[in-house]
Amino acid sequence: MEDWRDLAQVLVNGLMTGSILMLPAIGFSCIFAVLRYPNFAVAGFATVGAFAGWVANVQWGMPVGLALLAAFLVAGAVGLAAEEAALKPLRPAGPLTVAIASVALTLLLENAVRFVFANDLRGYDLPVLRDWRFEGIRINPQQAMNVGYAALAAGALFALLAFTRLGRAMRAVADNPQLADIKGVDPDRIARVAVFLGAGLAGFGGMLVGLDTSIDPLTGFRVILSVFAAAVVGGLGSIPGAALGALVVGVGEELASVLLSPAYRTVTAFLAILLVLTVRPEGLLGRRG
Amino acid sequence: MEAYLAAMLVFAGIYALMALGLNVIWGLTGMVNLGLVGFFAVGAYASALLTKYWLWPMPLGWAAAGLAAALAGAVMAVIVARLRGDYLAIVTLGFAEVVRLVAANEVWLTNGTDGISGIPGPWRGAVSPQEFNLIFLGLVWTAVLVAFVLLARLSHAPFGRVLRAVREDEEVAAVAGKPVLWFKVRAFCLGAAVLGVAGALYAHYNAYIAPEGFAPLLTIYIVLALTAGGVGAMRGAVLGALLLLLLLEGTRFVAQEIPGVTPVQKAALREAIIAVSLILLLRFRPQGLIPERTRTRATP
Repeated sequence: MEDWRDLAQVLVNGLMTGSILMLPAIGFSCIFAVLRYPNFAVAGFATVGAFAGWVANVQWGMPVGLALLAAFLVAGAVGLAAEEAALKPLRPAGPLTVAIASVALTLLLENAVRFVFANDLRGYDLPVLRDWRFEGIRINPQQAMNVGYAALAAGALFALLAFTRLGRAMRAVADNPQLADIKGVDPDRIARVAVFLGAGLAGFGGMLVGLDTSIDPLTGFRVILSVFAAAVVGGLGSIPGAALGALVVGVGEELASVLLSPAYRTVTAFLAILLVLTVRPEGLLGRRG
Repeated sequence: MEAYLAAMLVFAGIYALMALGLNVIWGLTGMVNLGLVGFFAVGAYASALLTKYWLWPMPLGWAAAGLAAALAGAVMAVIVARLRGDYLAIVTLGFAEVVRLVAANEVWLTNGTDGISGIPGPWRGAVSPQEFNLIFLGLVWTAVLVAFVLLARLSHAPFGRVLRAVREDEEVAAVAGKPVLWFKVRAFCLGAAVLGVAGALYAHYNAYIAPEGFAPLLTIYIVLALTAGGVGAMRGAVLGALLLLLLLEGTRFVAQEIPGVTPVQKAALREAIIAVSLILLLRFRPQGLIPERTRTRATP
């Protein structure tokens, strides 16, 4: 890295990578906050969202913004249905049983997608745009738009959590389920909302991953370690933490791909997980315990 | 047909070894390990490299595979032993992905995604392929038998009882004066060593290994096998591996019969069936076919 431009370029790229990881990480943390188990099926939800968005965008000719909404809704609905049918009955057996079942669920979703769409790489219908340049720093307009979409979705979720009755109820359940139950918050309803939102955001993020590159049935699984890293770095169960963690992991991955090799982005994410668990297990913004 | 049967039983033996290894870590000690395929890969690569390039004799290569995997397990265990189960699941899954990435990218060592071919096998070339199959079948199941007897004894020895105590309640075990971390690390090493030897046997049977052979799917297979057989009981691990093989091969035949379905769709259907089986098992028979029998029953 010779001068400040290289560093700035890494930061810009890291912001873009991070904003793509942000939504699945928020979705993962959202489900964890309310249901207290790591839902590995976010990988499957991300893939489902990416393909739902692809159908809306390429086959039905919807603009990207609407297709993202379709990705959110379809992934959310699939996530909710899968949770109710497959994972909810396992909750009494403990969080680890649910986590293992969620790995199987990801495999099931991935193969459902593979059955319909096969293994071919698919791209979205996007206008070809020239990179913007500022003082030698390149920015791809599509990636910049993706940052905007991610910020919009995350902002909407924060507004929901901060300003609505439903959001307050969700935070209450995340904070203390027993107390929330006593106060008349229906934990089942909150769980359903959390799963719908979490899976939907994972789907939204899955399509953003696809907008950046292309999609295939393994799209979600490929980013899952980075998504976990974002959630763990930010503090499992903390939604602002997941957003911050995603940016940290994004910059870290870009830095590693410049310094080491692009193939080792995921390894960086793994090392970030280990580092945080060793030094500060509650993450940047998480609570102890 | 005989060749097919022999090959399938070799794979059943390898799965059984893996299930036994996982059973020490997860079944006895209660540490979830979603990265078992990583230890399997470490063993496979260690033995393949040592016997092919450094011309080590095969038994030494297998021992080295166990050792290398145990070492990886020790490092892993020291890092993760204090973590809660949910973090453990994430970290172990990540470990397996990292092993696969390193195998795919460190071309100087592993030949990258092209993989390593021409890994020697016992008397391969000197005997007919059918005889080789039978020799290997004997070898694998001898390994299963040895591992089974040793681990079954161990699980009823004081060591195994402490592991179960750690699984049921770490704090009680610690209060009883047991160094919990040290027991966890040893259990993790032991399980990883068995996984590593299984990896070595796979490499020498297959004569070829590549990173895509160590996909997370294999981890799910073994988790399914152990869940089906019965988590905690060593007999369950072996039975589960046989059931897994029946399911894998059964779905292959069923998928062949479905008309108008492309090969990719058949593969997708088979994997989906595996996934659904695991979810159904966890729901309707979580204790497996052979539930673990202990003298005292824990009441929650």
